[in-house]
Amino acid sequence: MGEELQLPIAADVDVVEARQQGRALAAVAGFSSGEQTVIAAAISEIARNILMYAKKGEIMLSLVQNGDRQGVSIIATDQGPGIPDIERAMQYGYSTSHGVGAGLPGAKRLMDEFNVDSVVGQGTTITMTKWRRAI
Amino acid sequence: MEVPILRQGQYLIASIQSALTDADLSHLREALIAQVGRSRCRGVIVDVTALDVMDSFAVRTLRDIAHMARLRGAETVIVGIQPDVAFAMVQLGLTLKGVATVLDLEEGLAFLNRRTEERYLETKPRRPSDRG
Amino acid sequence: MDTKKSMSVSTRASDPQTLSESSAGLLRELVAHLRQNRTQLREEWARRITRAELLTAMTEEEIFAEATAVYDNYVEALETGTFEALQAYSRRLSERIIPRGVETDEVVGIVLLLRDVLARSLFTKYQDNVEKLNRILDSYEPAANRIANTVAVGFVEERERIIRQQQEAIRELSTPVLQVRERLLILPIIGVIDPQRARQLTEQLLRAIRANRAKVVVIDVTGVAAMDSGVANHLVQTVEASRLLGATVIVTGLSPEIAQTLVTIGVDLSEMATVGDLQGGIEEAERLLADRAAPTTQVREIAPESSR
Repeated sequence: MGEELQLPIAADVDVVEARQQGRALAAVAGFSSGEQTVIAAAISEIARNILMYAKKGEIMLSLVQNGDRQGVSIIATDQGPGIPDIERAMQYGYSTSHGVGAGLPGAKRLMDEFNVDSVVGQGTTITMTKWRRAI
Repeated sequence: MEVPILRQGQYLIASIQSALTDADLSHLREALIAQVGRSRCRGVIVDVTALDVMDSFAVRTLRDIAHMARLRGAETVIVGIQPDVAFAMVQLGLTLKGVATVLDLEEGLAFLNRRTEERYLETKPRRPSDRG
Repeated sequence: MDTKKSMSVSTRASDPQTLSESSAGLLRELVAHLRQNRTQLREEWARRITRAELLTAMTEEEIFAEATAVYDNYVEALETGTFEALQAYSRRLSERIIPRGVETDEVVGIVLLLRDVLARSLFTKYQDNVEKLNRILDSYEPAANRIANTVAVGFVEERERIIRQQQEAIRELSTPVLQVRERLLILPIIGVIDPQRARQLTEQLLRAIRANRAKVVVIDVTGVAAMDSGVANHLVQTVEASRLLGATVIVTGLSPEIAQTLVTIGVDLSEMATVGDLQGGIEEAERLLADRAAPTTQVREIAPESSR
C-alpha cells in the first residue's frame, strides 16, 4: 500500500500527534474504533518512553499486509541510553512503575507482535504490529 | 491547552475539551490542587469525555489529583470515560483503583452529593436529641 | 472428433520454419484461434457443462451469460500471461454464484471442462503437425493449469470470507445484552467463548452500559462449559472496564471449575461480587440500585489507594 509516516518525537505535543496519526492510520486499515484506541494507547506509551529517556527519537507508522489481513506497523527508534536489562523491563507488571522501559510491558500486551532491540549507550528500536481480524 | 475549571456550589468541575499533552495534564493537576486548597471545596469532578486515550501518565495524574484533593478534604470523581478508552485501559493494566469513576456529569454530581451527605452524617454526634 | 490416433506422423527433421517460430508467436496464434472460434467453442463448453450436470442451480441463460465472461477472461489471461485480473474476476463471479448454491467442485469442474474443450480444438487444428501441436501445448498447458488454479482459489477464498462474515454475524446475534429494568443490564453468556467472541462481548457490554446508563450489570456464566485462563482474564477485564464506566458487576453461575480458573490466574474472588444463580444476582442488583437511590448513614469504605 505504501502508506508510511515518519514522525519526530521531541516534545510533548509530538506524543499526542503520533497517537492521533496512529489512530487515523488504523482507521484507514479498517480497524474497529476499539482497536484504534488500543493502537493509539500503545503508541502513546512508546512515544512517551522515547521522550522521557532518550529526549528525542522517531516513530514510523505504516500499513502492512499479510495475505488476506491488513495491519498497522509501528517502529520507534531513538539514540538514547538504551535499556540495560530488557527482560526485567518487560517483566515489570504494570505501567505505573517507573524507570526506563516502563511503558513497554503495557504496550506489548496491546499488540500482536512486539520486539525490542536495545544497546546500552547506542539506542533502542521497538517494532510492534497489530493485525486486523480478517473478515 | 488550558482546561477550564468551573465552580458549582462547593464543587469544582474540570472539563477536558480535547486531547491533552503530558504538560497540559500536569498544569491541570497544579491548577486543581491550588483551587481546592484555596476554597472550601468538598468535591472535584474531572470530565474526561473528550479524552481519546487514557494512558499511564493520564492515570497517574488523575490518581495524584484524587490523592491531593482528599488530603484537603475533597472527594474526586472521574466522569465520562469512553467505552473504547476503558477497554484499552484495562488491557494496558491501568485500573484507577481507589478513585471513584462514574458514567457522566449527572452521575458525578449525584455521587458527590451522596458522599457529602454521608460524611456530614458521619461527623455529627450520635445523640438522638441532637438530630433534627 | 477423434484426435491423436488419426494424426499422421510428421517428419522428425528439424524444420527451420517451425523452429524459428518463437513461443510468443505460438501463443499469439493460439489466442487468435480461440478468439476466432469463440462462439462455437463456447457453445461446446456450455453443452458439456449441462451434460456433466454442473451448475444445476443456474438456468441455461444464466450459464450462457457467465460462460461468455469466463471464456473471454480465460483467453485474456492466456494472452497477457498475468492473472490478477482473472483472480479479481473470479472473486466477483464467486460472490455472485455462491449465494445461488454453487459448490466448489462445480466451479473447478467447469473450468477444467473449458480447458479440455480448448485443448481438443487444438488437437483438431494441428493434427497434421505433431511437432507444432506439442509446442503449442507446451505454452498452453501450464497457462491453462494456472488459470484453473486461479479460478478455484479465488472461489474458495471468497467462500471462506463469506463464512467468516456469517460467523461474525451469528456471534453478534447470540450475545444479547438485555435491559431488564432501568439501570440494570443482564448479559447471559452461553456456550464456548473464544478470544474474539470475548472481545466482542466486552465491547457490546460497555456500549450498552453507556447507552442505557446502567449502574449494575449481572453477567451470568451458568451456560459456559469451561473457561481457559485467557478468557477468564477477559472476564476480569470486563468487570474492571465496567467499573470505569460507573457500573457494578455481579457475576452469577460460577461453576467450581471456573472459580478455580479465576483463582489460578490470581483473581481475588472476595473482591469480585458473585452470587450463585441468576435470580439471586438480579435480586442483589435490585438491592444495590435501591441503596443508591437514597443516601445511607453508613460510612462507605473507599478502597485504599495503592501507590504501586
